[in-house]
Amino acid sequence: MIDQALLDQHNLTADEYRLIVELIGKEPNLTELGIFSVMWSEHCGYKSSRVHLKKLPTEGPRVVQGPGENAGILDIGDGLVVVFKIESHNHPSYIEPYQGAATGVGGILRDIFTMGARPIAVLDSLRFGPPDDPKNRSVMEGVVSGISGYGNSIGVPTVGGEVYFDPCYNLNPLVNVFCLGLAEKDKIFYAKAEGAGNKVLYVGAKTGRDGIHGATMASAEFGMETEHKRPNVQVGDPFKEKLLLEACLEVMDRGLIVGIQDMGAAGLTCSTTEMAAKSGMGVVVDLDKVPQREEGMTPYEILLSESQERMLLVATPDNVAAVQAVFAKWDLDAPVIGEVVEGGRARISFKGQVVVDIPVDAVVNLCPAYTRPSLPPGPPPPAPPLEALPLPEDLGAVLLKLLASPTIADKEWVFRQYDHMVQINTVVLPGADAAVLRIKGSPKALAMTLDGNALYTRLDPRTGARIAVAEACRNLACVGARPIGVTNCLNFGSPEKPEVMGQFEQAVTGIAEACRTFGIPVTGGNVSFYNDTEGLSIHPTPVLGIVGLIEDIRRLVRPGFRAAGDAIVLIGESREEVGGTEYLLAQHGLRAGAPPAIDLEQEKRNQDFLLEAIEAGLVRSAHDLSEGGLAVALAECAFHGRGRIGCEVDLRSDLRDDVLLFGESQSRILVTCRPADLGGLLGSAAARGVPAEAIGRTGGTWIAVERSGRGILRVPVAEAYEAWKTSLPSYFQIRT
Amino acid sequence: MKFGVVQFPGSNCDFDAYHALSRAMKRPTVMLWHKDHDLRGVDCVVLPGGFAYGDYLRVGAIARFSPLMQEVQAFARRGGHVLGICNGFQVLLELGLLPGAMLRNKNLKFLCQHVHIRVEDARTDFTRAARKGQVLRIPIAHFDGNYYAPARALKEIERRGQVVFRYCDADGRVTDEANVNGSLHAIAGIRNEAGNVLGLMPHPERASEALLGSTDGRAIFESLIFSLERRRPSRRPAARTRARHD
Repeated sequence: MIDQALLDQHNLTADEYRLIVELIGKEPNLTELGIFSVMWSEHCGYKSSRVHLKKLPTEGPRVVQGPGENAGILDIGDGLVVVFKIESHNHPSYIEPYQGAATGVGGILRDIFTMGARPIAVLDSLRFGPPDDPKNRSVMEGVVSGISGYGNSIGVPTVGGEVYFDPCYNLNPLVNVFCLGLAEKDKIFYAKAEGAGNKVLYVGAKTGRDGIHGATMASAEFGMETEHKRPNVQVGDPFKEKLLLEACLEVMDRGLIVGIQDMGAAGLTCSTTEMAAKSGMGVVVDLDKVPQREEGMTPYEILLSESQERMLLVATPDNVAAVQAVFAKWDLDAPVIGEVVEGGRARISFKGQVVVDIPVDAVVNLCPAYTRPSLPPGPPPPAPPLEALPLPEDLGAVLLKLLASPTIADKEWVFRQYDHMVQINTVVLPGADAAVLRIKGSPKALAMTLDGNALYTRLDPRTGARIAVAEACRNLACVGARPIGVTNCLNFGSPEKPEVMGQFEQAVTGIAEACRTFGIPVTGGNVSFYNDTEGLSIHPTPVLGIVGLIEDIRRLVRPGFRAAGDAIVLIGESREEVGGTEYLLAQHGLRAGAPPAIDLEQEKRNQDFLLEAIEAGLVRSAHDLSEGGLAVALAECAFHGRGRIGCEVDLRSDLRDDVLLFGESQSRILVTCRPADLGGLLGSAAARGVPAEAIGRTGGTWIAVERSGRGILRVPVAEAYEAWKTSLPSYFQIRT
Repeated sequence: MKFGVVQFPGSNCDFDAYHALSRAMKRPTVMLWHKDHDLRGVDCVVLPGGFAYGDYLRVGAIARFSPLMQEVQAFARRGGHVLGICNGFQVLLELGLLPGAMLRNKNLKFLCQHVHIRVEDARTDFTRAARKGQVLRIPIAHFDGNYYAPARALKEIERRGQVVFRYCDADGRVTDEANVNGSLHAIAGIRNEAGNVLGLMPHPERASEALLGSTDGRAIFESLIFSLERRRPSRRPAARTRARHD
């Protein structure tokens, strides 16, 4: 009955099939095959990535839960923990941008509240093809509306993130969604199915045929008509999820349940087998008791459906009625569909027949891991020597061009579609270096950021990945937060391509190295392979989500210039580095050269110095230098400040003017301080081996830069602001 | 005085309103469950922001049938104070306690941003702590905040002076640009004829603590506290809660 064609449809190899037969001691039936197909998929089983992810540091004094659960958990003191994770929803978001992105938000929210935490913040990392192509604009509009539609309705603020544009995402946009929740340390819940005799309850939306990717079987074998095929993208219902969120948090808060697991990828299959496997137990389930949205569903479809907004709970028989009462209050049913049993097997019945009888351990824990062939990345395409690059005559025009480039331009068009203030914790609104949320009733605050420069990782995966970690931490440092933990979303092409595996290995190595230097654990994340369309892989795009802690919110610092007359200090060293820069791309049309070098130890020294200076109250504003270099950073500091104060800067350097203004050397930060504090700030930098120099002062209405007294850049703040502010909306203007 | 915040399924600014009233304004505040029939002796009912019943069908359309809304309507008829914020305003329109309706924002996008609103009437129980013409900086967050009423009804609303807040720029000028959602007559908030029911799209609870960037929303809560506590002299003297906004 099971032949190669069927295995191909289930993405299982002949070797994997032999292993399945060996593990379960029989030929699987079609339903059982479907279960293995999803549980052993790259998405659920991490087949290609697992051996490499072991390189990541996962331990630290704050770690309550590392990788392996729905989300990572860190202790932030005062009896509180943060629960956070990032997930990709790339493929669905291309097929159906609105629902793909919306259900991406819904899925990550469930990962967080299934652990007993109330989600308090969402951030997204979005990558699209350039917005001058209407197809890309339509994908982007759909994705942003989807995030907005779901997140706003459920009432979790979308507080930040990033949006990048590159033609490599034309046919494969990236939608990575990060969520963070807050919980009391002694009220965390896990996906446990302990205690034989405990009841398994199904809560939330009814099960439909949506999202069954294997459901393209020949109809003859099911006795079904082919028109029952459904698109693979699920449809989200944020209202249902809101009810589910409140009801789940209520039963957890009242201690009414033993364990809980959301039904995400692989739906009912994944949640039942994982919960049982984690507790060394078995489970019996009666599929006739599963609430179904449509008639005539087969066990295969019920088990593999990825209908949204569903959870599985385990409760002692005594508590079942109380749990059901809470769900009834929120207008949700909570039928008992099964029971926890001894023996480590999942026994699932349908219309009185046992349709699945397999050991849960085999499904959940024994998915093979592969060390796939890999090819180390070659050197990046060389950038032409600097002498061969013409020095633009009007550097002011270059600045305006960079400020208007979609990747650098203001993203308000995006984030004002997100409710970024609901729950009234958002202290630093989107657009700054990092989002900052207060913790009600505490002097502490949380900072979080998503970062990753895919052009750097394309040119040099290891350096690019190190920079992604360093930049995320730098962004946190700029608001006065110390990094405490990491989640990552690794977006790559097909792992079956050796060059992609080479990029992946290098990137993971880079992340591991940087996380070790910063002493921060990786508590989980997500790998998204197969980001290939029409044979083209995306740039390797690791996205780092890093969470930081601010001990005293009164010490918070923001990027904008505060007042005229403050001293401007540049921390870090500017070098002759133009490879991989936005300048090289926007002005010279080149994606080439080695990305900027990074010395992780120096980076850490610079950040530690900044944090201490902030804690000592010496810093009035801080902003990191990234895409577009010093000139763009100066402009952004002017834009972010109230009153849009300009600056007068005088630099001393041997670098060529364009490199000096637009080079992207790492580990650099622009800070301002009161003139009276300048001596102290520079003195303590020198004492710590941190390069820092006073480069000018704030004031006026121009972004004015001289080098040794000779003007090299002079642009009115208002004109620069206009270029930066109007660029993105101009692509989306309704044309009548 | 005691505030009550109504919780519909899908409300999501309920705890924000609770926090602002109980913590920032330091007044007793209780949550009121939509399925109950008991207003628990509150002096002012707050219908909070969010997406009651998912805003399915039409914003506020299903929430108006919640059991508690019968009590709220009776309470309002008796002169009880009702404040509808954002989705709460939309529910008040559906309930018929306030005139008009909401259309989608003129740019057909959800809008979350700080806006300026001008106090058109400082004699209401919701605005006493402000002054006429004062400009408040308060955030909005909505998809359906484009206020609409038929021409004749709008004329009546204006004639009776029911417009309490209008969108304006930082200097108090009512302009098309400042009227971000496209509301008719730049209406951001209106009251009923009797003056005991007010609905507004901006979120005063998001502008009640300095840490969050604005305290201008306090003027509305302070006004209510001042108005209602003055009427009940046995309660805490209202003068202490007087705003510093003049």
